[in-house]
Amino acid sequence: MIELRKVSIHAGQFSLKDISLLVPRGEYAVLMGRTGLGKTTLLESICGLRSIQGGKIFIDETDVTDWAPADRAVGYVPQDLALFPNMNVRAHLEFALRLRKESRVSINDRVSELAEVLGIAHLMDRSIHKLSGGESQRVALGRAISFRPAVLLLDEPLSALDEATRNQMHTLLREITRTTGVTTLHITHSEEEASALADRRFRLEDGRVV
Amino acid sequence: MLAADLMFTSVADFKAAILKPEIQAAFRLTLLTCTAATILALWVAVPLGYLLSRYRFPGRIVIDTLVDIPIVLPPLVLGLSLLILFHLSIGGWELETWLRDKVGFPVTYRWPAVVLAQFSVATAFAVRTMRVTFDQIDSRAEDVARTLGCSRAQAFLQIALPQAWRGIIASATVAWARALGEFGPILIFAGSTRMKTEVLSTTVFLELSVGELDAAVAVSLLMVAMAVFVLILLRALGTGPTT
Repeated sequence: MIELRKVSIHAGQFSLKDISLLVPRGEYAVLMGRTGLGKTTLLESICGLRSIQGGKIFIDETDVTDWAPADRAVGYVPQDLALFPNMNVRAHLEFALRLRKESRVSINDRVSELAEVLGIAHLMDRSIHKLSGGESQRVALGRAISFRPAVLLLDEPLSALDEATRNQMHTLLREITRTTGVTTLHITHSEEEASALADRRFRLEDGRVV
Repeated sequence: MLAADLMFTSVADFKAAILKPEIQAAFRLTLLTCTAATILALWVAVPLGYLLSRYRFPGRIVIDTLVDIPIVLPPLVLGLSLLILFHLSIGGWELETWLRDKVGFPVTYRWPAVVLAQFSVATAFAVRTMRVTFDQIDSRAEDVARTLGCSRAQAFLQIALPQAWRGIIASATVAWARALGEFGPILIFAGSTRMKTEVLSTTVFLELSVGELDAAVAVSLLMVAMAVFVLILLRALGTGPTT
C-alpha cells in the first residue's frame, strides 16, 4: 500500500500542496499529468530521495516520512534507468541482494528466477553499454524488484521504446506485478499504457492529485 | 627551451652529474616524497572532491576557498606559513615539539617536511580535478543505489568511485607533477641539506648556487624525463578499457 497524506513539496519553480493519494496493497496505479507538474518529484519523495515540507508518507501502513531511502523497501525505476556503468547485467540483479547479505545460493536462485521471468538469461554477463533499450528496461526492472520490495515506482519507464517492445513490456509488467503482488505506482503520458496496465488512475493537475 | 637545454649539456656531463651520490640520493628522495605526497593528496582529494561536488552544506564556500589558497599563495609564503604553523607556541604548546618529543616524529627540516610541503600544493590541484570528475558523473545511479539499500557511503564506494577511476588517475598525475616541481615551500620548510632533505628541484638550486651549471642542466633534464615518463605511464593507464 502507498499512501500520501497532505504531502507538500517545494522544488524549484513549482510546489505541490496537500497531495493525498492511496494505492491499496497489490494494486497497479497510474499517475498521469502534463510535463513539469511534479510527477517525478512526487515519486522521488516516496522513495526518500527528496524531502517533503509537510504531510506524511505511508508504505504498508508504516509511516516512512523520515526514513532513509535504503530503509523504505521501494523498488524504483527512473526515467533514465540510471543503470550502473561499472556493472554487468548479473551484477545489477545481485546488487540489492548482496547489500542484504543474502547467501550465495539464495542470490543465485533469485537471479536465475529473475533472468528467466524477464527473458534476459542470455544477457547475464553482458556490459550494460551493449544492451538495447528494451533490454536495459528489463535490467532496470529486474534490479528494482530483485529484493522483493513492497512497492514498485516506475517513472515513464517505457517512453523510449518502440511499439512492439512496449507491448511486450506491458505484458511483462502485468505478469510480474500480479505474481509478486507488489503495489505499483507508474507515471506515464500514454492513455494506451494506462488502459493496458492500470487498476486505478490518478491525474496531477494544478498541484493537486485528482 | 628543452632543445636549448639539450644542446647546452653533453652525455658525459649528464652521466657525471647523475652519478654523483648527492644527486642519486636526491633522485631517490624525490621519487619517494612525490609518491607519498600523491597518495596522501588522493586520500584527501577523493572524498573532499565528492563532498564539494554532491553536497550543499554550511561552510561549503569556505572549504572551497580554503582548498584554492595553496594554489594562489606565493610558494615562499606557503613554506613560511607551514614553518610558523609547526613552531607557533600556543600557551606553551608547540606542534613541532609535541611531534618530536611525544610522537617521536620530528617534521621540520626533515623528509616529512618535504612530503608535507609537496602535499599542501598537490592536494589543492588534486581536489579540483576530483571535483570536476564527480561533477561529470551523473548522481542518478547513486540515488537508485540508495533506494536499493545503500547508505550514502556505500553509494559513493560502490557506484561513484568505480566510475571515477580515470579522474583519480588524472588527479594522481597532476598531484605527482606538482609535487615534483615544488621548490619554494620545500626550501623554507625542509631546508636543502644534502643527502637529507635535498630533492631534485633543490638540487638544481644548489648546483646553480655553487656555479655548477652543467650539473644543474643535467638534473633539470632528468626531472623533465621523470615527468614525461610518469605522465605517459599514467595516461596509458587512463586510456585503457572502461570495464
